Amino acid sequence: MLLEVENVVKQYSGHLALDGVSLSVPNETIYGLLGPNGAGKTTLIRIINCITAPDSGEVRLNGKRIRPEDVRLIGYLPEERGLYKKMKVGEQALYLARLKGMSKQDALKALKYWFEKFEIQAWWNKKVEELSKGMAQKVQFITTILHNPELLIFDEPFSGFDPVNTALLKNEILELRDKGATIIFSTHNMSSVEELCENISLVNRSKIMLQGNVADIRASHTTHTFNIRSTSAIDTNLFEVIEQKEDKKGTFESKIKKNPELKNNDLLKELMKQTEIIAFEEILPSMNDIFIETVRATGASVDEIEANSTSED
Amino acid sequence: MSKIGLIIKKEYTTRVVKKSFILMTFLTPLLFVGIIILPTWIANLQDSTKKHVIVVDRTNMYHEVLKSNDIYTFDFVNGSVEQIRETNTNNKDFTALLVISDDLSRNPKAATLYSEKQLNVELKSYISSLLSKQVEEQKLAAYNIPDLKEMIQDSKADLEISTIKWGTDGEEKEASAEMALIIGMVAAMLIYMFIIMYGTQVMNGVMQEKANRIVEVIVSSVRPFELMMGKIIGIALVGLTQFLMWVVLTFILLTIGSLFMNGSLDMSAINDLSAMQGISISEVENMTTDFYKMISSFNWLQIGILFVIYFLGGYLLYASLFAAIGSSVDNETDANQFTLPITLPIILSIFVALYSVRSPESSFAFWFSIIPFTSPVVMMVRLPFDVPTWEIILSIAVLILSFMGTTWVAGKIYRTGILMYGKKVTWKEMWKWIKY
Repeated sequence: MLLEVENVVKQYSGHLALDGVSLSVPNETIYGLLGPNGAGKTTLIRIINCITAPDSGEVRLNGKRIRPEDVRLIGYLPEERGLYKKMKVGEQALYLARLKGMSKQDALKALKYWFEKFEIQAWWNKKVEELSKGMAQKVQFITTILHNPELLIFDEPFSGFDPVNTALLKNEILELRDKGATIIFSTHNMSSVEELCENISLVNRSKIMLQGNVADIRASHTTHTFNIRSTSAIDTNLFEVIEQKEDKKGTFESKIKKNPELKNNDLLKELMKQTEIIAFEEILPSMNDIFIETVRATGASVDEIEANSTSED
Repeated sequence: MSKIGLIIKKEYTTRVVKKSFILMTFLTPLLFVGIIILPTWIANLQDSTKKHVIVVDRTNMYHEVLKSNDIYTFDFVNGSVEQIRETNTNNKDFTALLVISDDLSRNPKAATLYSEKQLNVELKSYISSLLSKQVEEQKLAAYNIPDLKEMIQDSKADLEISTIKWGTDGEEKEASAEMALIIGMVAAMLIYMFIIMYGTQVMNGVMQEKANRIVEVIVSSVRPFELMMGKIIGIALVGLTQFLMWVVLTFILLTIGSLFMNGSLDMSAINDLSAMQGISISEVENMTTDFYKMISSFNWLQIGILFVIYFLGGYLLYASLFAAIGSSVDNETDANQFTLPITLPIILSIFVALYSVRSPESSFAFWFSIIPFTSPVVMMVRLPFDVPTWEIILSIAVLILSFMGTTWVAGKIYRTGILMYGKKVTWKEMWKWIKY
């Protein structure tokens, strides 16, 4: 495990931000940190970054209790991010890299590599205020990963990017993982969670509500719904047909919900009697559905989930 | 380089290359020197073109008085004003026509100057001074008292009280209360200005970092306290640089200016000038040597060192508070309600300083030069009046302890404030952050 968070509690005046949160991030994986605004994600991330200290509990990096010096092993792209507007892009990237403890030569070398890779060498002497939001985000991304950190924390990394650059960034993130980085990925965008994350933790009301492997979680949240394509219509009292339609070629597409006790093979046997099966597929709930269901079950209204307030302490 | 060193360097270099900094650094000494040199220079400006004055003296009493010299030529003629005007209309040599129609001791308005162009003041005052001297003597003579002129000369009281200060080592120093006042006030005003100007810069810098949302990126690399101190120290160095540049540039400009002035000064002009004002050359010389004596009577090294100490101490005391405010608010409008309680003691200190300069030994002045929020300004006006060493040490010690205290408190507020968005902060809230 690269990072372990054990039983972390953080109390702000009159409000419990984290209540016994534990999680483990395996090496070279992408870990999703999910939760509605105000759930405590940012507090947890700040504790991992040694920006604030936990009241109790501990954070271990590579098995050792994390110390403030270890932040150079971490690259953090906060949700609330920005750059000095009046400073030149190159100068600023160099400054931020050196604050992470890189030597001037190493920083310049790494900057050259990344500026070439992103094809933004021409921006080196531009002031940040002359860049568009998307351009500034690219520069910000580079400054986050420049010092080759073992652990990368991205808080809503895709906000401010157009679809082309989002795809570019996703590839970069996957490439970083393949090269050995471990990534914590905090987001509200559930489709990117399904696409990128191996494991997740869902935080709500200062506690972890759901934790584990994405595939396992989806499987365990099964609603026993299946999609069946067949040559004729199907109907039986063993399952409930939710939806059935015939397409132009004369094949039927049915969505059915079975009784949890009924084994898949028994279901298929029953179907085989009725028709010729072309396709049979379980419909697993999307992470989005699981997210909303879990959060709702723990008492927050959907408005609260979707509210995009910036005040998160 | 350590992280705090990097921050100091960044804060310093981005500020000293700003146009506003460069302009202010180079223009202010020009202004200083201008204020010092310009009046003297203007006074020394003399119109050296020759002036030809035609005099119609109907009384025939003033031939002796109006004597021609290098600059002024007086020609006595008879005739009517119209005639003279006609004959001299196109005469380039002609400057003015002086008509004296009556005895000036009886009729002071009997002299008139005619000219085609607007006459300059110098010509008028020159003629007027010559004529009035004559009238004065005429009147004195009319009293018929023997030796009256000598008696009057003798009775002119021209007192000069020299103030001599007993130094601790028993030596006597010529001191000047006026000079002490000027030095004290200038130093106090400079400290006041620097604290307000650079304190506000610290606040705006912190506020910008927060508004730009860069602060969270930076505190993931350095501790918030390092970021705050780096900014405060970097800006202090900018202030010291500016001050040093001002001293050096003012000195250079003054030297150049005085060389230039001495070279252009015509000795005869000084003669004329001093003759007109009734001051002898030796007196002028005395005045300058007195000035240098006065200047050297002050302990400049001590004043200079203490100026830097009080500047830094006062700045650090206030800058950390300004940083704390900058960190707690989201925009400048919100900042106003918090800056007032901080700027108030600085403004108060200027008023106390104005009072203390008149009675630097009073207990009122003493206490305000010990209280850290006013001491940097108030002590500066007292210093040229020789403050006991123990008072200076006490005042500096209190100042140092206080700025350590405010920095500690500010660090606590800053740490929480910079990461807090979208919340109107109250004093109560800040108090919680300090305790937290």
